[in-house]
Amino acid sequence: MGPGGPQVEAIKRIVILGGGTGGTIAANRLHRAFGAGDAEIIVVDQDDDHVYQPGLLFVPFGHADPGRLVRSRRRQLHAGIGFRQAGIDHVNLAADRVRLDDGTELGYDVLVIATGARLLPEETEGLTGPGWMKNVFTFYTLAGATALRSALDRFDGGRLVVNVIDMPIKCPVAPLEFCFLADRYFLRRRIRSRVELSYVTPLDGAFTRPVCSRELSGLLAGRGIELITQFNTGTVRDGALVSYDDRQVPFDLAVVVPVHGGAAYVDRSAGLGDELGFIPVDRQTLQAKAKPNIFAIGDATDAPTSKAGSVAHFEGEALVGRIRAYLADQPLTAAFDGHTNCFIETGGGKALLIDFNYDTEPLTGHYPASVGLPLLRESRLNHLGKLAFGQLYWHSLLPGRDLPGIGAAMPRRGKKGLPART
Amino acid sequence: MPDVSYDGQTVSVNDEGFFTDPSQWTEDMVPQIAKAEGIDHLTDRHWQVIRFMRQEYQAKGTGPSVRALAKTSGVPVKELYQLFPKGPAKLAAKIAGIPKPRGCI
Repeated sequence: MGPGGPQVEAIKRIVILGGGTGGTIAANRLHRAFGAGDAEIIVVDQDDDHVYQPGLLFVPFGHADPGRLVRSRRRQLHAGIGFRQAGIDHVNLAADRVRLDDGTELGYDVLVIATGARLLPEETEGLTGPGWMKNVFTFYTLAGATALRSALDRFDGGRLVVNVIDMPIKCPVAPLEFCFLADRYFLRRRIRSRVELSYVTPLDGAFTRPVCSRELSGLLAGRGIELITQFNTGTVRDGALVSYDDRQVPFDLAVVVPVHGGAAYVDRSAGLGDELGFIPVDRQTLQAKAKPNIFAIGDATDAPTSKAGSVAHFEGEALVGRIRAYLADQPLTAAFDGHTNCFIETGGGKALLIDFNYDTEPLTGHYPASVGLPLLRESRLNHLGKLAFGQLYWHSLLPGRDLPGIGAAMPRRGKKGLPART
Repeated sequence: MPDVSYDGQTVSVNDEGFFTDPSQWTEDMVPQIAKAEGIDHLTDRHWQVIRFMRQEYQAKGTGPSVRALAKTSGVPVKELYQLFPKGPAKLAAKIAGIPKPRGCI
């Protein structure tokens, strides 16, 4: 037992379902916290392809090579962490066992659900019909983003519609970023005047938080991007999106974000997930409401914040603290404050940065302190930050390290208009 | 922030008419709020949805999307649009005294 290690009597087994961003961060952080003598850690995933999802946005515009976005999941895990490549049939909560699709079972002392969110295009009538992968695409998968690249190359003018079918989705800002990048892309090709760009959302605005709305509302109109709001897509017909209340948005090319749900096995695991397949958790402790020895991290949870990689990263510290306390039967103190941040590419080598948590909306100022990246303001520095992040992801984030100067909790210094603490 | 009166009680609402303090809402206010939104007659189905919106808000701190609403309330999406024209997630949220659905930005 290392210094400061938990007081446990036998080697505990921690099973982590999912070897993506959250699962890898959790595994590497837990491995560092416990040491080999105190906990056996096993990560389960159905494949060995870790995709850097933030890169998918750039593939359709030729700014990222799809092959370079994928690395082995196993190789992102520290030596000593087990990796089982298998599908998950279901979790037996009462027996503390996971049944894999090869028929074998894994018992656990602690289970961490990190299987993220999956796309459910079949849930929208007509979406995977004859137009799918011909004039209707999603860039949320490697195959979709790659196919969309060819379609964009061939697109010579007409109406391009970007549509979020319903919330929640991973990376809610990505569809907006797509619009901004598309605007620049067609400008570079000198055909922008032949293209009508529309952003179609079920929400009642592109920006729904007061400060964002105040600072950013001109961004779409300023680029000639039409905004259609309160549109809940019910059906995709040939050449048109149709809402549940029978409004139509015609298109020549549609870029769609399908509805999301939790991993399939969640629905097969009685008591584990909610109606959409996400795991109800205490939003601060990340402990599952279903059972105290189950935790969840990242996109898989129902925590009321965005589904974004930064959330999985900021959750990592609290998750490890809670699991240590749980296994050592000590009072739980570590808490996650909902901290989330995202770069928003606005095209032309610039980006915005937003930073917020459960209680505080995105505000202006700088991050992580008064000297830092500008918040809610386009800058080249933010764009460079987003690019640099591509390397930090593999070399710092996934190994479970903190970034210098960046704490897990949302910083208060550097922000403007933050209500005084009482 | 304007104040309005429902069921003889003063509540505060934002400039779109959503309750700024969901705890001020009571079920007795529902018929009046609904009427102000153009729904003159509330059926059991309306009530099923409204109660479900409150439950979700209390459990998760935010109202559900149309899809989640359909899946758990037991009322299919087409019917939701008949009960709450123009947008069930937003309209039912207003009548249930909870904030409108919003994104992260």
